[in-house]
Amino acid sequence: MNAIETVSLTKYYGKSRGITDIDLTVEEGDFFGFIGPNGAGKSTTIRTLLGLICPTSGTAEIFGRNIRSRRDEILADIGYMPSEAAFYHNMRVREVIRLSADLRSQDCRKEAAELCERLELDTEKRIGELSLGNRKKVSIICALQHKPKLCVLDEPTSGLDPLMQREFYAILEERNQEGTTIFLSSHVLSEVQRYCRHAAVIREGRLLVSDRMEHLGHTDTKRVTVRGIDTPPALENMKDITSNGDTISFLYGGRPDVLLGALAALPLTDVSITEPDLEEIFMHYYAKEDI
Amino acid sequence: MTLFRHELRQGRKALLIWTVIIAFMLAVCILIYPEMESQMTEISGMFSDMGSFSAAFGMDKINFGEFTGYFGVECGNVLGLGGAFFAALLGISALAKEEKEHTAEFLLTHPVSRGKVAAQKLGAVFAQIIILNAAVIGIVTLSTLLVGESPDVKSFALLFLAYFILQIEIASICFGISAFMNGSGSGIGLGAAVLFYFLNIISNLTVDAKFLKYITPFGYTDGADIIVNGCMEIKYLSVGLVLSVIGIVTAFFLYGKKDIQ
Repeated sequence: MNAIETVSLTKYYGKSRGITDIDLTVEEGDFFGFIGPNGAGKSTTIRTLLGLICPTSGTAEIFGRNIRSRRDEILADIGYMPSEAAFYHNMRVREVIRLSADLRSQDCRKEAAELCERLELDTEKRIGELSLGNRKKVSIICALQHKPKLCVLDEPTSGLDPLMQREFYAILEERNQEGTTIFLSSHVLSEVQRYCRHAAVIREGRLLVSDRMEHLGHTDTKRVTVRGIDTPPALENMKDITSNGDTISFLYGGRPDVLLGALAALPLTDVSITEPDLEEIFMHYYAKEDI
Repeated sequence: MTLFRHELRQGRKALLIWTVIIAFMLAVCILIYPEMESQMTEISGMFSDMGSFSAAFGMDKINFGEFTGYFGVECGNVLGLGGAFFAALLGISALAKEEKEHTAEFLLTHPVSRGKVAAQKLGAVFAQIIILNAAVIGIVTLSTLLVGESPDVKSFALLFLAYFILQIEIASICFGISAFMNGSGSGIGLGAAVLFYFLNIISNLTVDAKFLKYITPFGYTDGADIIVNGCMEIKYLSVGLVLSVIGIVTAFFLYGKKDIQ
């Protein structure tokens, strides 16, 4: 059975675009990444699946159940982490976690305590005193403590420090091995690439591609900036080459050893190889290839 | 019931503040009565003889020099207006505050239907109104005993019942309005309460505006009318009850399919 299946899912906010004709299938037990730049429609898709907003047209099913007619049953199987981790300011962390469990009529104290310890969260603090990262942790616990069959995570790692991100993904991988389907959205390609088996790319409200991670091209593209030369090195798989005085910047989508070999032969004074913005990759690869 | 309890906890500070303020002001009005009573005989004539001004507050109809009459007018202003504000704020914020505070995404992604969310929130609104009124009635009874007055119990009971229904009506109407909104509407809520209050004053001033009493819940809570007639005006009351039901039904209907921002 598919965990998520949408057919021509469309949402317009009045006349402005939300998402258009999204056909998305996520198999049960998958670790699925939903990638797209900000404003592409990731959150709209997720919020439609969760019944927070009604689709303009099209249908969607979660574990074979229609999202509109059987919303409450579906929500019982889902753990959701919103991109904005907002809770009731005056409540204590443990009260919010307890409220979430009570709203599900479940006793999750043991699981919650374990998660709090792993994420190093102080449950006596009030929500209003927490940093964004700590609020995210509360959100993670509320999404996971009831052991849902499907985790829907909207930009889960923004605001978490790298150590916590690693712990968070470790928890997700454990859950995934136990059979939980993970569906997460992100605009950071590298983390999706590292952890997800399948991924879909959304841009301007339309699904560009949905495939196994290794079949998706350009996900290992890097932004390379070098100083000390005025002509770019002769390499294949280069895009968006710009030069400014003795600084040259380009997107590189080939093998890293070839890149380093070419750079090593040049009289460089500085070099940086960074993760490009998702926007850049879309602009220089997906947009032109028009998948 | 989880959400109902949660709502009461969230609202307890505001409830306490409003209860204390309204009860305190009523208690003060009652406790200063003995001192005013001695001067009342002269004042009473003056109060009932100020033309439109007296009519606006119903002071031409009742004897301001008697405790029941005095309380009817004071109560009308303090509990009527104070209670209306409190009820309006409760009703207007019950659903909308979740979106304003961005907690809707947390609350509404739990397996609780929108209908149940609205029902428990409305239940909590009514419960808070009941608590406020019970506390206020307690304090008023105590203060009345303290100053040694023995008012007309039936008139008092009717007054409190009328104000209670008024608060329920305003809360229900605001609850209905709040289902249309995405953010805070406390301004709209308070505005509605003030508007209703003034509609009644206008309707007291001129016969041509008498029909306004059908629209505003202050029409059936007019202390002067209740004390003089010994009952609430059923025709105004029934319109009020219909408006309450419309407010509630609207809220449930809209909230069930609303897009949460």
